[in-house]
Amino acid sequence: MAEMDEPEKKRTKVVELTENMVVDGGSGVSCEWGGRWNHIKTFLERPGPFTHPDFEPSTESLQFLLETCKILVIGAGGLGCELLKDLALSGFRNISVVDMDTIDVSNLNRQFLFRPKDVGRPKAEVAADFINSRVPGCCVVPHFKKIQDLDETFYRQFHIIVCGLDSIVARRWMNGMLLSLLVYEDGVLDPGSIIPLIDGGTEGFKGNARVILPGMTACIDCTLELYPPQINFPMCTIASMPRLPEHCIEYVRILQWPKELPFGDGVALDGDDPEHIQWVFQRSLERAAEFSITGVTYRLTQGVVKRIIPAVASTNAVIAAACATEVFKLATSAYVPLSNYMVFNDVDGLYTYTFEAERKENCSACRQVPQDLHFHPSSKLQEVLDFLTESASLQMKSPAITATVEGKNKTLYLQSVASIEQRTRANLSKTLKELGLTDGQELAVADVTTPQTVMFRLCFTS
Amino acid sequence: TMAAAKASKEQKYDRQLRLWGDHGQEALENAHVCLINATATGTEILKNLVLPGIGAFTIVDGHTVSGEDAGNNYPFIVMFILQNRAQAATELLQELNSDVSGNFVEETPDKLLDNDPEFFHRFTIVVGVQLPESTCLRLGSVLWNASVPFLICKTYGLIGYMRLVAQEHTVIESHPDNALEDLRLDQPFEEFKNHTNSYDLDSMDKKDHSHTPWIIIVAKYLENWLSEHSGQLPKNYKEKEAFRQMIREGIRKNDSGVPEDEENFEEAIKNVNTALNLTKIPSSIENLFNSEQCNGITAQSSPFWVMLRAVKEFVHDEGRGSLPVRGTIPDMIADSQKFINLQNVYREKAMQDAAAVSKHVECLLRSVGKVCKNASFLRVVRCRSLAEEYSVDSVNKDEIASYMDNPDSEMVFYLMLRAVDRFYQQHSRYPGVYNYQVEEDINKLKVCVNSLLQEYSLSVNIKDDYIHEFCRYGAAEPHTVSAFLGGSAAQEAIKIISHQFVPFNNTFIYNAMSQTSATFQL
Repeated sequence: MAEMDEPEKKRTKVVELTENMVVDGGSGVSCEWGGRWNHIKTFLERPGPFTHPDFEPSTESLQFLLETCKILVIGAGGLGCELLKDLALSGFRNISVVDMDTIDVSNLNRQFLFRPKDVGRPKAEVAADFINSRVPGCCVVPHFKKIQDLDETFYRQFHIIVCGLDSIVARRWMNGMLLSLLVYEDGVLDPGSIIPLIDGGTEGFKGNARVILPGMTACIDCTLELYPPQINFPMCTIASMPRLPEHCIEYVRILQWPKELPFGDGVALDGDDPEHIQWVFQRSLERAAEFSITGVTYRLTQGVVKRIIPAVASTNAVIAAACATEVFKLATSAYVPLSNYMVFNDVDGLYTYTFEAERKENCSACRQVPQDLHFHPSSKLQEVLDFLTESASLQMKSPAITATVEGKNKTLYLQSVASIEQRTRANLSKTLKELGLTDGQELAVADVTTPQTVMFRLCFTS
Repeated sequence: TMAAAKASKEQKYDRQLRLWGDHGQEALENAHVCLINATATGTEILKNLVLPGIGAFTIVDGHTVSGEDAGNNYPFIVMFILQNRAQAATELLQELNSDVSGNFVEETPDKLLDNDPEFFHRFTIVVGVQLPESTCLRLGSVLWNASVPFLICKTYGLIGYMRLVAQEHTVIESHPDNALEDLRLDQPFEEFKNHTNSYDLDSMDKKDHSHTPWIIIVAKYLENWLSEHSGQLPKNYKEKEAFRQMIREGIRKNDSGVPEDEENFEEAIKNVNTALNLTKIPSSIENLFNSEQCNGITAQSSPFWVMLRAVKEFVHDEGRGSLPVRGTIPDMIADSQKFINLQNVYREKAMQDAAAVSKHVECLLRSVGKVCKNASFLRVVRCRSLAEEYSVDSVNKDEIASYMDNPDSEMVFYLMLRAVDRFYQQHSRYPGVYNYQVEEDINKLKVCVNSLLQEYSLSVNIKDDYIHEFCRYGAAEPHTVSAFLGGSAAQEAIKIISHQFVPFNNTFIYNAMSQTSATFQL
């Protein structure tokens, strides 16, 4: 049995090979070699009984994948790394990837395109470098940005977009962006303006993959109830009646830190700063001791402060693979795509459940019709705001409400700009009638969950 | 420094430590996994084991890297075309985690079995990828006799297949998703009774009354109920409704007779149904208690069986017919002191019970605490051997036939994979690999299908479409299907290694065409 030389030696050899490839443009390795795409060609060049009705076997599909098809991957983390590899090894060569984060040590247990030396560098860039230097012919273009920093012109260029995000707000934003690209002629949707969105999500040993055809099938907002809002502990529990170690940690985070500002004025709690976490940990232990509560650990503290979701390589591999298979199907029409939602769980054996999520009649995102809001004219604006944020089907974060009052565009309330917030705060305690709003009038609501304004229609109740 | 290295490892593995704990990680780091065949599926499986930090791996592979391999396999393997695949894969995978040590053997498994059958005895688990039937059966028999778990994986076109062969796999921590609480309200233990007696709901002030844990409330009202109903618990819906009403009437009223807002009482009412669940030993545990391994403890018995036996003895002794108390309670509306005090009553009882179990154990094992806390959730998974699955005498005909009532059930893919194995045995190749073969192989494959069904006396119908499709696949191993299987198989291997979470039993089929899957016990 051949024992490996010191692992270091072998790793150095691999790095050297990488460097050679980049500098020489191949060191004798051309972009193609015999048999390279054999594992894919059978699906593109042979007829079969289960193919998509539109499928025509040809050698051109492969050329389309290799030369023309443009895919956008959102996120270069747990799912993103897997997606980039899956796509690159499935014939896709024109790939762009967007990610606003830099690499952290805790990513290394699953985000395998990154090495310890890469910690601190932008994920999108390191991921792109890795794939470009290791998969000949593949060209991944990185964008170290927030998805909101890119516009319509950017997104419009892709054939398919696949998301590996860790935030529902971001998902909804992407969803809204693709909906805004849809073109309707005389009320009829132009299918050429549809960019399919494949969305994957994971959490511990659970995950899901879904295919969205904007304007045609259920969108993210149609099924918002599948993502219940995060439960926060009630303030009275945190402030005066803690029972769990988590309550103690939240006390320190929410009440003690802003009061004591241990690292200086204006220095916010940074979950990635070990010194900050250590401070919170110590104070949480003190708080817990006061109430004879056990169980506060450094790990728990960090988990609560950063809202950490446990993650492993395997679940990300499974979900990304399912998503990549769908990208392949959509790009080649080789098979009928998933219709339209798959759930996966491998806590006990392996379990998958596949179903067709339905479009919601009055989805605020993908239906062209303004949604009705039912309120009594004597209701205060605050109640409308609460409804927008608390409703399970809307779950807005900080909606900005404007309306046309007496022919003029009036901002009723806007939270995200301090000066306007101050100016409009008083409106929250005024009634809808006092604000000059009438029955049937339209309210335009902007929110971080969507790039477009959402229209609502005010319906007064008696 | 040692401390710095340990801290850095904890940081790296943080996200997974939250799932299987430090002890689970320790089990991983003591494991040595064998992978046979570093195809795309194989390297994907191993990648997902190297990243979380298994101790060591050994790749057994007699092939050289082909142009095809370089197209669907781990990035960069193209540089190794024509070199030995075992070595190439080892070098590439090592890069992923400096904590893991990798080894390779440039040899086919059949040769190894010829020359050194005990080679495979050293491994924690053996993962065999893209192996022909004959090798699987041979290896299956060796590993079965050596009690080494064997995970067989195959990617065939758009179909993924896994078969777990493990004679007896014990699971202490199954981590069930929605377990019921263990509150013992139907048979309160002494210390709990004393604790509830220390409460006098009627004489409490308003604040205390509305911050008393619901468990206490239910216990108190249950006492009243029992005395009014000759010691009989509320049994049916009508009685439970009456009991809920009893509690509801306990809500304090203000001076105008309007009930106060007492959330803890609302919690009590809401939880009546589950709170009145009878404490009983799950039948799966009774079965374990009655098994040979539990009753025939020897010096060779594994810690799992020794502890299970100790728990059984506890049940017949101190436990008075019940398992050790779990010791946890859910969060609920209450002031800190009342909650902590109540929690401590359960915790101390749990510790007491665990100590009693310990006494029943001859050698002191660290894991006793874990066994007690998880007593209701202990699982033993027994997978049938390959020999049993393949033998005409013991083939699971019923399972196959009943699933095939629906001719499009995932079971058809299992049968097709068996047929394809047969084709390979006869023709030394897989069907439809080259374009010109596809048409003529359809009939040849159909012959194999029919002979398979005949041999096992299976009167099921396999549609021609599936035979055509399996010729069309040409034994392709597309990367995305390999990757799906790679993640699935790796996690099953981790379950075997860590004895946490429950592995599948025993055949898993993934269909990438419809994104569906099924598990069969064959």
